[in-house]
Amino acid sequence: MTECNMRRDERVETPVAEGSTNETRKVRVIEVKESVFHQNDVEAEALRAELSQKGVFMMNVMSSPGSGKTTALCALVNRLKEHLRIGVMDVDIETSLDASCVAEATGVKSLQIHNGGLCHIDAEMTKRAIDAFGVEDLDLVILENIGNLVCPAEFDTGSHMSMMLLSVPEGDDKPLKYPLMFSVCDLIVISKIDTLEFFDFSLEKATANIRALNPNATILTISAKTGEGMDVLADYVMKRVKG
Amino acid sequence: MHELGVTFYVIKDVKKIAEDNNVYKVDSVTLEIGQVSGVIHEQLQDCWKWAIKKEPIMDCAKLLIEEIPAVTFCENCKKTYATVPQGKICPHCGSDRTYLTQGNEFNIKEIEVLDQPHEVILSEE
Ligand SMILES: Nc1nc2c(ncn2[C@@H]2O[C@H](COP(=O)(O)OP(=O)(O)OP(=O)(O)O)[C@@H](O)[C@H]2O)c(=O)[nH]1
Ligand SMILES: [Mg+2]
Ligand SMILES: [Zn+2]
Ligand SMILES: [Zn+2]
Repeated sequence: MTECNMRRDERVETPVAEGSTNETRKVRVIEVKESVFHQNDVEAEALRAELSQKGVFMMNVMSSPGSGKTTALCALVNRLKEHLRIGVMDVDIETSLDASCVAEATGVKSLQIHNGGLCHIDAEMTKRAIDAFGVEDLDLVILENIGNLVCPAEFDTGSHMSMMLLSVPEGDDKPLKYPLMFSVCDLIVISKIDTLEFFDFSLEKATANIRALNPNATILTISAKTGEGMDVLADYVMKRVKG
Repeated sequence: MHELGVTFYVIKDVKKIAEDNNVYKVDSVTLEIGQVSGVIHEQLQDCWKWAIKKEPIMDCAKLLIEEIPAVTFCENCKKTYATVPQGKICPHCGSDRTYLTQGNEFNIKEIEVLDQPHEVILSEE
């Protein structure tokens, strides 16, 4: 293509002047000055409003890979399903069985989302999944995000609440390494506390590290294995859904 | 990979701006990327070169990157310092009550566009 071979020195760089009719101008500069995430924020806001209007509460669940999202969600859903109509959507980079695990363990409606290898899910993808899933008959939609502490934090999905899991084996200094994720969540759950005795994990240090980044976050501790803390978590979620 | 994901967002935004402005071709895209935004510039360039091939309106567009240095503010002594390599602990007073004031950006600053095929303009002169 001609344009590819265009030499820089052939160009006349004229700043865009209002009403200018400069015939020699070849390259025009369009100022954008906008965050790449801006459009996603707009779409997320629209989705949140749409869900609220339908009376559906969406909860976005994030963590590192393997922090116990699927296990904790099964335990949570089993505690809430008597009181709420729940649906679970699981995002996975490659085929995985998280959604069918949840469906089997809890009997609620579930959907597996394949996002084609991207490192996160954005508002537009979430909207498409929600439309395919059908949420009119639900009170609570739980979105299990991709196991990743970087990208999901940057992309508002349109959820009403963001929860993240920090599992004990990951260490109490995780908040220092992934500050954005710990800043954007309203609920931070320290998971797998049945393993505390085997790891050098201080609940005080972890709490202080989280508080420094996010003074308003609710911090809870659970073990999905022993059930410790699960009722408190279920109460918290119930309160948020009921508004 | 993170860089590929963000490349698609940039392309989507630029394509929309280019179409809204009735441009012929996008010549270059300038990004402002914060020093601690976690994006690797070389990988972004590689993803860019690969991804724009599928977009006729910008299939030759150059990606220009301006880095915004990361700066941290200390609430304790009210001074600022360079986040890299210092980190969260204030070098002036040792406090950890600090927060990032800039360096996390990922903005499209501007795009340069051609309104007509280049050859046509040259032959007119
Ligand atoms: N000891 C202990 N192990 C747990 C607990 N919760 C989950 N696990 C184990 O941790 C591993 C990962 O759990 P998952 O629930 O699949 O974690 P996940 O976050 O959904 O993982 P990905 O979706 O792959 O990111 C499994 O082997 C679980 O059995 C817990 O409370 N205590
Ligand atoms: Mg899982
Ligand atoms: Zn990413
Ligand atoms: Zn200081």
